[in-house]
Amino acid sequence: MHMADALISPAVGGALWAVTGGVSATCARKLKTSMRGDLIPMMGVLGAFIFTAQMINFSIPGTGSSGHLGGGLMLAVLLGPYAAFLVIASVLAVQAFFFADGGLLALGCNIFNLGFFPAFVAYPVCYRWLARDAQGGVRLWGASVLAAVVGLQLGAFSVVLETWASGVSGLPFGTFLLLMQPIHLAIGVVEGMATAAAVSFVARARPESLAPMRVSPNASASLRSVLTGVLLATCALGGAFSWLASTRPDGLEWAIAKVSGKEEVAGNEGNLHRRLAALQEKTAILPDYGFKAGAGRAAPEEATDSVHDAPASEAWPAVDAGTSVAGLVGGAVTLVLACLVGFAVNARQRAV
Amino acid sequence: MGLGGWMEVGRMDELGQMDSPVHRVHAQAKTVTTGLFIISVMSFSRYEVSALTPFFLYPLMLMSLGRIPPGYLFRKVLVAAPFAVAVGLFNPFFDQQPAVAIGTLAVSGGWLSFASILLRFALTVSAALALVACTGMHRLCAGLERMGLPRILAVQLLFLYRYLFVVGAEGSRMVRGVELRAALPRALRFRVYGSLVGNLLLRSMARADRIYRAMQARGFDGAIRVLRPARLRWADLAFVCGWAAFFAAARFWNLAVLFGGLLMKGAS
Amino acid sequence: MSHHVVEVRNLCFAYPDGTEALKGVSFRIAHGLAVALVGANGAGKSTLLQHLNGALMPTRGEVAVGGTVLTRETAAAVRRAVGMVFQDPDDQLFMPTVFEDVAFGPLNAGLPPDEVERRAAAALERVGMGHLRNRPPYKLSAGEKRSVAIATVLAMSPDVLVMDEPSSNLDPRGRRRLIGLLRSFEHTRIIATHDLELVVEVCSHVFVLDGGAIVAEGPTLTVLNDEALMLAHGLECPHILRHLHPHGPA
Repeated sequence: MHMADALISPAVGGALWAVTGGVSATCARKLKTSMRGDLIPMMGVLGAFIFTAQMINFSIPGTGSSGHLGGGLMLAVLLGPYAAFLVIASVLAVQAFFFADGGLLALGCNIFNLGFFPAFVAYPVCYRWLARDAQGGVRLWGASVLAAVVGLQLGAFSVVLETWASGVSGLPFGTFLLLMQPIHLAIGVVEGMATAAAVSFVARARPESLAPMRVSPNASASLRSVLTGVLLATCALGGAFSWLASTRPDGLEWAIAKVSGKEEVAGNEGNLHRRLAALQEKTAILPDYGFKAGAGRAAPEEATDSVHDAPASEAWPAVDAGTSVAGLVGGAVTLVLACLVGFAVNARQRAV
Repeated sequence: MGLGGWMEVGRMDELGQMDSPVHRVHAQAKTVTTGLFIISVMSFSRYEVSALTPFFLYPLMLMSLGRIPPGYLFRKVLVAAPFAVAVGLFNPFFDQQPAVAIGTLAVSGGWLSFASILLRFALTVSAALALVACTGMHRLCAGLERMGLPRILAVQLLFLYRYLFVVGAEGSRMVRGVELRAALPRALRFRVYGSLVGNLLLRSMARADRIYRAMQARGFDGAIRVLRPARLRWADLAFVCGWAAFFAAARFWNLAVLFGGLLMKGAS
Repeated sequence: MSHHVVEVRNLCFAYPDGTEALKGVSFRIAHGLAVALVGANGAGKSTLLQHLNGALMPTRGEVAVGGTVLTRETAAAVRRAVGMVFQDPDDQLFMPTVFEDVAFGPLNAGLPPDEVERRAAAALERVGMGHLRNRPPYKLSAGEKRSVAIATVLAMSPDVLVMDEPSSNLDPRGRRRLIGLLRSFEHTRIIATHDLELVVEVCSHVFVLDGGAIVAEGPTLTVLNDEALMLAHGLECPHILRHLHPHGPA
C-alpha cells in the first residue's frame, strides 16, 4: 500500500503532509504530558521489532502465497494510539529514506493511510470495544481480524481517494477501487490473524503490558477539538499550498471541472458504468480531451474536438479559488472522513 | 526486502558517515533543497517529459561530489520501480488521444504521461536516496528536529535506527534456527510463525525494559537533552539558494528544449 | 573523593509473584575495595546488584550508600554515586554515537556543555577508546562495547562501580585489557561474575551467594581455596590458584 511520489500531486501530497504533521504534533504533545519515561525505549525497540517482523513471512494455507505482519494494530494494542502513530510514522520514514519504499512527497499520505486508521479508528472502535481485556480465545481473534480489516479497508480507500484527487495516474477511480478493496480485505484478515497470534503470546507471558495508556474521558473531548483544529488548519494550508502550485494547468482544469461539472453528475441517471465513465472524465483532465463543454457521457477516447481552450481557462477569473479548491477537496475529503469516524468513536465511547 | 534488509540500512548509513564537500553541507540545507526539488519536479503537468531531464543534475551532482557509488543507488531505484510502473502502465490504455508527433510517429498522451511518471519517479527517488547517503541518519534527524520535527519523533527515529540491527540480528538467528530444523518451506507455518514472532516480541520488550533501566541509572528523568548541534554556515545558505535558482529556472523554462534548439541551430 | 561506604542491612526481596530472591543479606564494603560476588546461576547476584542503584527497592531491610539510605526520593542521588555496568552492553549504548552515549550521564546531571564534553572525552581516554568517539555503537566489537559501556559510567564520576558479568563474551585480549582497567581504578568495585580467575586478579574480598543469602565471605584466597565450600555452592576452585599463569600476577 506504499504509495510512490509518482502518483501524488503536490497539492494532495502537501495537504496530507499537513494532516500528518498535525496529528504527529498532537501525539507528541499528548505523550509529553502523560509521559511514562519507559515509553521511549519501548517505542524504539517495538519499531525495530515491527520493521524486522515485516520481513518474516508465514504461509497462508491453501493459497500458496505468504503474508506478513503490518503492525499498526499491534502497536496500538501495546502502546496506545498516540505512541503507536509515532512509531508507525518512524518505521515508514526509515523505509522511505533507506529503501525508497514510498516516496518522500507521498510519505505524509502513507503515514496517514497506514497509521491513522489502525491507531485512531480500528483500535479504539473495533478492537477495544470488542476485545475489552480478552487475553485469548475467540474474542481476541475476532476483534483482531475485524479491527485489522476495518483499518486496512479505510487505508486502501484513502489511497484510492488520494490518487484520484491527484489526477496524475490515468487509472479510473472505479477500477482502482475495485482493485484495492478486495485485495486489502484479504490482507486485513491475514493481518488480524498475525496480530492476534502475537498479542495472545504476550498476554500469556506479561499481561500487564497489554494495558496501554488509556486516554482519559477529558482527553477524548479535547481530542475532538484538536481534530477540528487540524481540519481547519489543513484547509488553510491545503488552500495556500495549491495556490502556490497554481502554475499547474491540470489541477486548474480539474478544479474547473469540479465546479462546473457538478450539476451534470447529479443529473446523470443510469447504470454504474455510465456514472463511472462520467467520473473518469473528470479525472482525464487536459482540455485537449474536449470535456468541459458539458459533453457529459462521452469517454475520453471518443472525444472529438481537439481544439483546446487553454487561453480561456487561463483567463478564468478565480484562479486562486480554482486551485485552492483542488487542494482543499483533496485534503479535506480524507480529513472529513477521518473526523466523521473520530466523532463516531467519541460518541460510541460516551455511550458505552 | 528479505531478512537481510536491516543490513542495507547500515550500508546506507556507512555512506552517510563519509566525508566530502556534500557531506559537510548542513543536513537542514540539504533537506530543504531536496524538498524544493521534489516539489518542483512534481509540479509539472502530467504530460511533461523533456523539461524534467535537466533536473537529473541535482541527484547526479550529489552522488558524484558525495562519492556515492552510482551503481548502488541505481540498483535501489530499480528495486523500487515496479510499483510506479504497475500503476503508470494503465495510462497508455486509458489515454489514447495523440498528443505529440515525432516525425511521422504519433505518440499518444497516455505514453507521454507514463514516461513522465517514470521520470518523476526516478528523479524523486534518487534525490531522496542521495540525501540520506550523503548525510547519515544521525545528522539527518538532528537537522529535521531543527526544522520543527517534534523531539520525541526525532528520538524515536534514532532509537529505532539504533536497535534495528540488534532486533534484526535476533530475528535472523531465530528464523535460521527454525530453518535448520524444518523441512524448509519458503515461509513458516502459522503456528511456528506465531511462536517465533511472539518470542521475538517478548525479547524485544524485555530489552526495552533493560534499556530503560540503563537510562535511569544514568540519570534520565524523561527529558531528552542534546549536545551542541552543528551550526549553519554561509556555504549552506549558498547551497540552498543556488539550487533553488536552478530549480526555478528549469521549472519555468524548458531547458532541454532550449539546449536542443541551440544545438540544432549550431548544427545547421 | 568522599569516603562512600556501601552498607546493606538485612536486605530481603520478593518478586511480585512471591518468589523470594534475597533472604536477609547483610554486608559492609569499605571505600576503595574491590569485592566480588560469586554464586551459581539463580543465586540472586543480579537481583542484589539491582538494589545497589535503586533499580529495585527492598521488600524489607535497607541499602545505604555513603550514609544515605536508599528510598524512592533518594534514588536519584544514589544513582549519581553508584555507576552500574550491565551484562549486555547493547542495552547500555543506545545513543547514535559513542561520544553521545558517554555524554548522556553528565548531560542529564545538568552540567554545562563544556564540562560535559571534557568529562566524556576524559572517560573515553581512560578506557582507551578515544579514537572511537564518532562511531555508531552497532559497529563496535564486543570488547570495545564493553569498554565504552564502562566509560559511560565513568563519565559521571561515581564513587562506586557495580558490574554484572563484565568479562562475558570477551576474547582473551579484550578480557586482559578489562582486567588491567579494573585493577587501575580507585573506586569501590563490586563485581558479580563467574570468571573466578578474574576475581583472583582483581578483587581482595569475595562474597559467596547461594539461595538468596550470603553463605561465605572473606579474603579472596581464603574463600576460593576452600574446595569443599566452592563445590557445595555450585562453584569450583579457579585454576590460577593451582598453577602459575604466565600473564597473571606472581
